[in-house]
This record gives sequence, C-alpha cells and structure tokens, in this order.
Amino acid sequence: MNYADLFRVTLPETMLEIAALLVLVADLAFLRKAGLKARVFSAILFGILGCGAAFWALQYTAGSSYYFGSALMLWQWGSTLVAQAGILILTALTLFLLAGENFTRHIGEFVAVVLMAAAGGMIVASAQDLLVIVVGLELLSLSLYILTAFAKTSGKSAEAAIKYYLFGGMSAAFLLFGFSYLYGITGSTNLDQIRQAILLQGPNPLLYVAWILVVAGLGFKVAAVPFHLWAPDTYEGAPAPAAAFIASVSKVASFALLITICQGAGRSPYNSADTHLDFNEFARLYVIFHATWYNFVAILLMVAAASMIVGNLAALAQTSVRRLLAYSAIAHAGYMLLALGTFQPHLPPATQWQSISIESALSLMIGAQSPLLYYVLTYGLTTIGAFGVVAVVERATGSDRMDSFLGLHKRNPVLAAVLLVLFLSLAGIPPLVGFWAKFNLFAAVLSVSAGPVPFALVALAVAMSAVSLYYYLQVLKRAYVMPAVDETPIKTHPVTLLVLVAIAAAVVLAGLFPTLLQGWIEAAYR
Amino acid sequence: MLAWTIYLSFAGALLQAVLPKGKNSLSRWLALATAVAGLAIGVQTFIAGAGQGLTTVVDLPWVPTMGIHFLLAADGISRVLVLLTGLAAVCGILFSWNIELRTNEFFAFFLALIGGVYGVFLSFDLFLLFVFYEIAIVPKYFLIAIWGSTRREYAAMKLALYSFVGSAMVLIGLLAAYATAGSHSTGLVALAHANLPVSFQMWCFPLVFVGFAILAGMWPFHTWAPTGHVAAPTAASMLLAGVVMKLGAYGCLRVGIALFPHGLDAWGFSFIGIGSWRDVFAVLAVIGIIYGALVALAQTDFKFVIGYSSVSHMGFVLLGLMTLNQIGMTGAVLQMFSHGIIAGLLFAIVGRIVYERTHTRQLAELEGMHLSKRLPFAAWAFVIAGMASMGLPGFSGFVAELQVLIGSWIANPWWTTAAGIGIVIGVAYTWRALQKAFFSDAPVHAHDHPHEDGHAFAAITWPEITGVTLLAGVSLAVGIYPRILLDTIEPAVKALLAGGAQ
Repeated sequence: MNYADLFRVTLPETMLEIAALLVLVADLAFLRKAGLKARVFSAILFGILGCGAAFWALQYTAGSSYYFGSALMLWQWGSTLVAQAGILILTALTLFLLAGENFTRHIGEFVAVVLMAAAGGMIVASAQDLLVIVVGLELLSLSLYILTAFAKTSGKSAEAAIKYYLFGGMSAAFLLFGFSYLYGITGSTNLDQIRQAILLQGPNPLLYVAWILVVAGLGFKVAAVPFHLWAPDTYEGAPAPAAAFIASVSKVASFALLITICQGAGRSPYNSADTHLDFNEFARLYVIFHATWYNFVAILLMVAAASMIVGNLAALAQTSVRRLLAYSAIAHAGYMLLALGTFQPHLPPATQWQSISIESALSLMIGAQSPLLYYVLTYGLTTIGAFGVVAVVERATGSDRMDSFLGLHKRNPVLAAVLLVLFLSLAGIPPLVGFWAKFNLFAAVLSVSAGPVPFALVALAVAMSAVSLYYYLQVLKRAYVMPAVDETPIKTHPVTLLVLVAIAAAVVLAGLFPTLLQGWIEAAYR
Repeated sequence: MLAWTIYLSFAGALLQAVLPKGKNSLSRWLALATAVAGLAIGVQTFIAGAGQGLTTVVDLPWVPTMGIHFLLAADGISRVLVLLTGLAAVCGILFSWNIELRTNEFFAFFLALIGGVYGVFLSFDLFLLFVFYEIAIVPKYFLIAIWGSTRREYAAMKLALYSFVGSAMVLIGLLAAYATAGSHSTGLVALAHANLPVSFQMWCFPLVFVGFAILAGMWPFHTWAPTGHVAAPTAASMLLAGVVMKLGAYGCLRVGIALFPHGLDAWGFSFIGIGSWRDVFAVLAVIGIIYGALVALAQTDFKFVIGYSSVSHMGFVLLGLMTLNQIGMTGAVLQMFSHGIIAGLLFAIVGRIVYERTHTRQLAELEGMHLSKRLPFAAWAFVIAGMASMGLPGFSGFVAELQVLIGSWIANPWWTTAAGIGIVIGVAYTWRALQKAFFSDAPVHAHDHPHEDGHAFAAITWPEITGVTLLAGVSLAVGIYPRILLDTIEPAVKALLAGGAQ
C-alpha cells in the first residue's frame, strides 16, 4: 500500500474529479448571476479541459500498475489504456453536444456528474480486483442514474431514471452475489489469483452459478438480452447527451471490464510465476480449465445470439428513433459479445514452456481484443453523433418520432448528410467505419476459433446486419425520400454542427484508412 | 489510367452533392462530362489493352496486417465490362436530361453508383471488390425511391434488401475463405492459389454464387428485378439492367467460379439427373430463361415486359457460365455486354421516349394511340432494339446467345433444347409488345384520351437521338463484327479456365 503509487496510477481520474469540482465552483460561486449561455460555455470549457488534462496524464500512467499487497488492483496497459483514452475522447464529444441543449438550468451539476461518471468508467476499465470493479461500477452507475433524471420538467426523464435505477440496482445485486461466490470458491478477490485458483482446483459446479450471476450483472451494463429491458425506456426518456453518454462511454467501460474478466487484460493463467508446475501437469489442468471456461463462453454466446436476434427484430417495429437506436445498441452489443466468446486460454507448445516470456504470451492474445476495442470505440463515436442529430431534430420538432425526420434534407442538408453517414455506418455499409469494425470483428472470431459454432454465429450476425439495413433505411427514407410536411429550416448551434460534421468525417476517414485506428490500438499493447 | 474511371466518378458525385441548388443545366453538363471522361478512358484502355493479359493498375497496401490491398487490375473481361459501364453511364445521363427534381442529387447518386460499378469490375482483391459491391447498394435505393414511379418505395427497399442479403452471403463466404485459406491475403489470385479444401469449396461455392446471382436475377431470386426495373427512373433502370445485374454475374464468374472451381465438381450421387451444383445452377438458369420469357408474354405493362425479358436474358449469362467451356463462357461475357446495351436501349425507349410523352405504359392504352405514326422515331428504334433483343443475326445478342447455346450443347444438350424454347418465346413477347405498342390497328378510343389526341407529342430531343444511335450502333457493330470484343474476351476466359478449373 503506497499512496504515491495509487496517486500516480489514478492521475487521470484525479484530473477528472478536479475538473468536476472546478466546474461546480465556477458555476455555483462565480457565475450565479451570469446568463445560461455563459454558464454553459464555462461548464463545457472546464469539462473539456478536464478531459484534455486526463488524456495528457494518461501518457504518464501508461504501463503503470498498483498493487495492494501482492494483489494487482489497477493496471493501465493494453485494453485498459485504449478504453480509457476512448472514454475521455467520447466524454469530451458528449460535452460538446451540450452546447445547444436547454433541458436543464443546472448545467454545472450536469457536467460535473458527467465527469464523475467518466472517472468511474476509467476505474472500471482498469480494475483488476472485484472490489475495485464494484467501486468503479457504482460510481459510474449512480452518476448515470442522475444524468438520466436530469430533465426535471420531463416526466419521461423521471420514468426512465427510475426504471434504469431499479434494473440497475437489481443487476448490481446479482453481480455482487456472483462475486461473493467467486470469492467463496477461490478465497481471493483478485482476478489473477481467482484465475490461478480455478486452474489449480479444477471445475466446481458453484462456479457456473457464479458465472451466470456475473453475466447477468454485466449483461445489464451492456444491454444484452435478456437484461436489456431498461435500454429502450432509458434511451427514450433521458436527455439526449445523457443517452449518448450511456450508449457510448458506459459501453466502452463495460466492454473493457468484460475483456479484463475474460482475459485479464491480455494475461492468461500460465503467466503466473509461482505455480511451479511441470508442463504435463499444467497441460492436464489446462484442459480442465479450458472445458470449464468453455461453459462460461457458451453462456456469453447464447446471450450474444439472443441480443443480435431480439435487438434487430425489435428495432424493425420502432417508430421512435431513440428506441430504434436502443434496440440497435442491443444488437451491436450482441456482435461485440460474440467477440468475447472467442477469448480462450492459450496453451503454449511444450517446447516453449520454459522460455515463453510474458510479452510473447501477451502477443498471442491481442488478436481477439483489438477488433473488439475497435468495434466498441467506433460504435461509441457513431452513436454519439446519431444522438446529436436526434437531439437537434427533437429540439426543432418536439419529438423523436420517425416522422419528425421528414424532409430533413431540405430543412438542414448538412444534418441530413451527417445522419446518412452515421446510420449507414451503423448498418455496416462500406467504406464507412462500421463496416470495417464488423468485418474485422467477424474475421477475428473466425480466425481465432474454428468450428461450426463460431461460424454459425458469425453467419447469424451477418444475416442480422442485413436485417438492420431495413430500419436504418426507414429513418433515412424519411430524411431524403418522403415529402416534407414542414419545410422551415432547422437551426443548429454552430458548435454542435461542427462536432457532428467532425464525427461524420472521422467515421468516413477511419473507414477509408482502417489502419490508423487499428495501429493506435495496437500501439497501446507495446 | 483505368483507376481514374473510379476516382472521376466519385469526385463527380461529390461535386454534384455540393453544387448549389437550381443549377440544373450545369449539373447535367458536369455529369455528362464526367461520364464521357470515364467512357473515353474505357475506350482508350480497351484499345491499348488489346492482346494484353492481366495488367495491374494500382496496388497499394490497404490493411497490411490482414493482407488487404487496394489492388485494381484489368483483364479482357474487365475491360469489356468497363467499356459497357462507360456506355451505360453516358446514355443514362443523356436519357435523364429532363430530370428537374433535385437534379444535382440525382446525378450525385447516379455517379456514385457508376463509381461503385467501375470499382467492382476493376478490383482484384476480394475485400475491395466486396466494398465496391456494397457501395453500389445505397445509391440504387435512393435513385429508385426518390425519382421512381410505380410503387417506388416498395421496389427500392426490396432491391436494397435483396442486394444486402446477397452481399451478406458473399461476406460470409469471404470471411470463411479468408479464415480457411490462412494465406493472409485477400487477393483474388492469392486466394485462387490457396488450395482451399474441396469439401470447403463444396459449401462455400453455392453460398457465394447464390449471393452474387441474386443480383444477376437468377430464378427464383429474381423478383426484385421486374419491380425494381419498373419502379426505377429510366436512367436507373438502364443502369440496373445494363450494368448492375452484370455485377452479380461478374461476381459469380470472378469470385464464385474462379475461387471455388471444385465447388462445381460432381457430388458423387445424382438425384433426378442433377449431380452437382453446376447442374443445379444450370437448371435454375434454364428455368429463368423460360419463366422470364413466359411471364413477359403475359404482361400488360410495357415496362414489365422489358423487366421480365431481362430475367430471361440474364439466364443465358448464367447458363453460359455453367457450361465451363471456352465457347460457352465467352458467350456469357459477350451476353453481359450485349444485354447491357440492348436492355439499356429498350428501357430508354419505353421509359423515356414513350412514357414521358404518353404518360402510360399500359399496352392496352398504347394500342389506341397509333404510335407508329405519331412517334415514328420511337417505333423504329424499338424495331431495331426488339430485333437485337430477339437475337436476330447482325446484332450482338445473336452472337452471344449462339455461343452460349453451342457451349451448353457441349455440356448438356438438354439445356440447349430447353433454352432454345426460351428464344422462341422471346420472339413472341417482343413481337407482341411491338405490335401492341406501336403497330396496332385498333380504332382510336377518343373518349379514353380526349386530351391526348388533339395535340402532337413533344418533339424528340437531341439527347434521345444521340443515346439511341449510340446504343443501337454499338449493338449492330458488335453483331456484325464480334471479333472486336471476342479477341479481348477469349484470352481472358481461357486464362480464367486454366487458372480456376485446374
């Protein structure tokens, strides 16, 4: 236990918290009398500066870790680092979207809570210990409940928040219950030690109970079927920036956590130096572990398949664009869970058993992780943009029904073009980034795990994304094809428009040059 | 040089998208200039490429970690189809000269579609080919949904979903082939040499082939074609029938047959005379030929006649591909070109020259209008196009279908016999449409169209004359001297057969 180490490792989170406090102080102490515009400006400015400072701090914490005793608590490397950087960028984009918003007068508090949620997300992403995971998740979740309820004058917002809160509390209970089983079985709260203990003890029926409970808890966070019921209501009722934040940042953090749990942020059980096993003994245990592990994976894959099917089919019937985005988010969560199903412990050949280094073992793992991170980051980016467009249309027309998009190409051609790019990217049309993300993910699934089951699941995913084109086109049809009822131009705040255009441009560019982002992700593992 | 066909088209599309509204004339001329430039490049490389084999145009690493290259190359088949695309693009723009609604957006989508089509024909990397193939889906949807006619939103969505489902099947095949080959390259040549296991080819071939054949209008997945063609604005139906259906057939050939040649091997057992995927698809092609022709015979809507005739004619392409011999496959490629020209001409006459003046496509209503006297240009243009479509000697269709029939006789005489019936029905439906629409003796029903009989139809404009002359001239030229194209197609087919069907 060393507070200096702890401070160094959590420097980015600290930056965010300081920024949150500064926002509050500035807003409540100095700008009490100022107009809403000035307060919004100051809140956004401090928020974005906070994200920038945290981003700057990331380079100093990269590769660092924090131990409590011999147990690894926080680790900033590989998937963690990528997810943290992604969280900061996506948070900053969400803050930009606040520029034209008018759902609340308490903008300082909103930004402060957003920053705290981002800090929670970063802790979740880097946590290596059950207790730290719970602390991070609670910080993230509680902030999200508040954000959802922030539109005080809207009944829908309150309804969404209470639903989100009830489901969230339930799933947190499931998760804690599952964690308590894991602790009971292995005697440790540390993920590495839990993995080793499972490897050494062999299978245990209670493990399955623990895993199902954990999947239920985390399935809620990523809105996977059958734990998805909160998502449509929350996406519909929450203020648009809050919904965008839930759909992007919270997803990135949760998937980073799932990666950590499934793979130990790039570690596998044989990396531990103190097991002192000979290779044959290890190989025997490994086979048992693999079989046990596969049961866990099977649960994930079932959830993934259900999410893809239910998400895509239910989206077909939606008339509210926000609900449509919620069901599409469920479907996308299904594709991403598919990639988690490919994670498996890797047995080095007997000849390398003595000589294998942690680094080379880590490089064996990267294949399945980086496509998933790529997917969740680009999905987050696209979905923030989509919510940004929906928010603008909603402010102008008073509703997020599909019919309020009628004639958008006349009312605001730039906004319509942004919508076109983002929705086609979500549908997976090349050369946009959504296509590349899907291709990369599915190719990784097939090349990591051969066999009929992964293949059938990928085929299902591809078929389901063909279904998804229908509902994305329903919105685009209204924006471009069907005649407008009302042709008054829709005005956008210049900052909002600029950010939305930048997001659309990023979606196009990252799709045309997929190696840019991929190289950046893989650099984090070096 | 060839790569500029793609770049120019997309640049043109982008330029059209940002063009200020209301500059319709400028927008038209810009679009025409873009398409003519593409055609000029196509013609130039066609002439320069005579006798050359596969030439690489551009080869840049795109995603090095996965072995994906931005690899554009051309062989004889590509050069012929690029030429066809250029012609279809120029004529399509000529026949959409009268579009006044959102003109610049129309040409933006049109040119984006053309760019995607060029890209498919020139890609020699499977991934890149797929990317261009999917890029072509979106502009098709908007072209039909915004500027179309009869049940346009339904037809556009149907076409988009059929295409997307087809491309999803191709994507699954692509992923599976990539994972199975383990060669870390998606180049078509590299994958063809990856020695994919026969059992793998056996199931991957039909998946990919059907995926592409959906867009080629293979029975029973053809239903998007008639509705799509009818609903589309003239230029879009010219492109759909002219080049987009060829994308599917081209994919069947370039990806399906060339990458998975063993997928066509015999299964080792046979069921009612069908012993391989080759038999299955050949039979489906023959059914398509006869079914398309029979349904065309029963249509009351002039445009539906042409729409179903496309299904029938594309059957010849698929049948030619399934012969797996030099003459049959050469015929298939020539038929792609020939049908692209003839279908374009037919749709132009029906959708633009006739419909824009009579405002009806019902054969029963056209019967009373005596169009042969009132629109002699349209009537005689349709006579020429009809003769070409029926496969009369002297037109490109004759050479192409003859070669396909000879090739299929070598492969299986029954196929030829059945397809021959399709040709006879083809004569019948063309004749019927010609007679009803233009040369009918039916008395004038003055009370049916009181407002139409008093005044003459608008005069034929120069873009229409240019377009018709260009298309009819090309069909005639290829029909009289087919060696212009055959000299380019034959070596490429030979190389493909030698490289593919080991």
